[in-house]
Amino acid sequence: MSAASAPRPEAIKAIPVRHPWRWLAAVAVVGFAAEAIYVVATAPDLRWPVVQHYLFQVRIGLGAVATLELTVVAMVIGIALGILLAVMRISPNPVMSTVSWFYLWFFRGTPVLVQLFFWWNLPLILPTIGAFGWQFETVKYINPFIASILGLGLNEAAYMAEIVRAGIISVDQGQTEAAMALGMRRTQVLQRIVLPQAMRVIIPPTGNETISMLKTSSLAFITQFGELFRVSTEISAFNFRIVELLIVISFWYLLFTSVLTVGQYYVERYFARGSQRELPMTPWQRLRRMLFTFHAPPPQPPVAQRRDDSGQAF
Amino acid sequence: MSTRPMVKSEAVHKSFGRLEVLRGIDLEVQPQEVMCMIGPSGSGKSTFLRCINHLEKIDAGRLSVDGELVGYSERGERLYELPDREVCKKRSEIGMVFQRFNLFPHMTALENVIEAPLRVKGENRDQAVARAGKLLERVGLADKVKAYPNQLSGGQQQRVAIARALAMQPKLMLFDEPTSALDPELVGDVLDVMRGLAKDGMTMIVVTHEMGFAREVGDTLVFMDGGVIVEQGNPRDVLTNPREERTKTFLSKVL
Repeated sequence: MSAASAPRPEAIKAIPVRHPWRWLAAVAVVGFAAEAIYVVATAPDLRWPVVQHYLFQVRIGLGAVATLELTVVAMVIGIALGILLAVMRISPNPVMSTVSWFYLWFFRGTPVLVQLFFWWNLPLILPTIGAFGWQFETVKYINPFIASILGLGLNEAAYMAEIVRAGIISVDQGQTEAAMALGMRRTQVLQRIVLPQAMRVIIPPTGNETISMLKTSSLAFITQFGELFRVSTEISAFNFRIVELLIVISFWYLLFTSVLTVGQYYVERYFARGSQRELPMTPWQRLRRMLFTFHAPPPQPPVAQRRDDSGQAF
Repeated sequence: MSTRPMVKSEAVHKSFGRLEVLRGIDLEVQPQEVMCMIGPSGSGKSTFLRCINHLEKIDAGRLSVDGELVGYSERGERLYELPDREVCKKRSEIGMVFQRFNLFPHMTALENVIEAPLRVKGENRDQAVARAGKLLERVGLADKVKAYPNQLSGGQQQRVAIARALAMQPKLMLFDEPTSALDPELVGDVLDVMRGLAKDGMTMIVVTHEMGFAREVGDTLVFMDGGVIVEQGNPRDVLTNPREERTKTFLSKVL
């Protein structure tokens, strides 16, 4: 800073530029959206009381729980297997990386609906699996839930593998070198140094995948698993209020995805340690600050900041 | 006194694809010696350092640290590649400091320093923390124990990196252009720490462009160019009276 001690000139007061087109565009968009909502909401044959009746009905509630269960279990399988596949993919062992490549090729290359239906029908071709002296009766174990988590989980693993691999690649090579120079083993380097840093890159798409899984889980209706979508079709099969039930389950899907979005924000914040100088504020902190300092004068620059030897402010 | 050299390199060769980076390096570093390596970029200095702790594999020649071959064991006439576990153990006895610090950004300064003692040596946590505290104090960062790397200046990060390497109680320290990525006014602190280490008798190989440091602290100075050692000797002699034409040309550009 210069040593000049001239008084600070008055803050600039200028007439702001007007933006009439912005206003016009905003009015048009809001008008259009309002009209669309109005048309749907007042559709003559839409029975809102039916929506209201089923919104918190027990069967729907059980379906919602089943959807959540399916999402959680399939994502856990997907993440665990995805990490394994990603590590196999970058392994120096060519057999490992090839096997991983083929897994991805197969499970990303076929529709998840087909895979779900395949697992459900596995007992058709393999009533029992006998391998390594084990006898495994698929007929007994393949129920709607197992078929659904297999179909969704194994498919998800293929996508998660690529996400995890992208995260691992994103970590600077110097990190691995520094860790190896200290004598750390390959697995230690991965576990302690690379993966924690890869998390920052892995989390946002994983949140995306989780939200996507929540909705993809509706395809499990094909295995006759009683998740939200299947429950809604079962109910509408006898009362014919198809759209009303779709509105009901959409409410639940939206509620769950909203909660997940908030959850993702906090997980990201946790893994941002060390990568940002200051953690971003939580929405709550931001709201409080907005409420309490909205009319306050702009913050004064700190008078005497402590400086370290580099001249960087702390 | 016939001490065993800490590092002995005989006709070490290393290529990356078709590019031959090291074309026969012969040198010896005695215990407690400080050897400085200078030379234009691409001359193979860093590669040679990385060969010493087996971050790179040499193609030909013999390279040994403290009397044991790097990366191999020799039985009879045959060389056997060392298993991962052994390689890691040997690396843990050699400290390395990088040009770009390479601190672990998700860990505080203290966590950076105790990581390897805990995970590699299996040290007890309290003991590791106590020693890490002392090391950070020694490099002048006692008050930055809880800071994350990105809250530290370059000079401070590099000093944490030195403390991290020292925490493994290495018998040899490798410095790969430790001050090249630093603002000029931060170089001094890092060099002070290194000077202190040298005084305490640490064996060090320092790839550097700091001629002042080489002259003052180095016991030997090696000038490398094109993958070979062009000239080596007492730093004062090499810097003031270079014998080789190439050394003269290089020094005239950097001094």
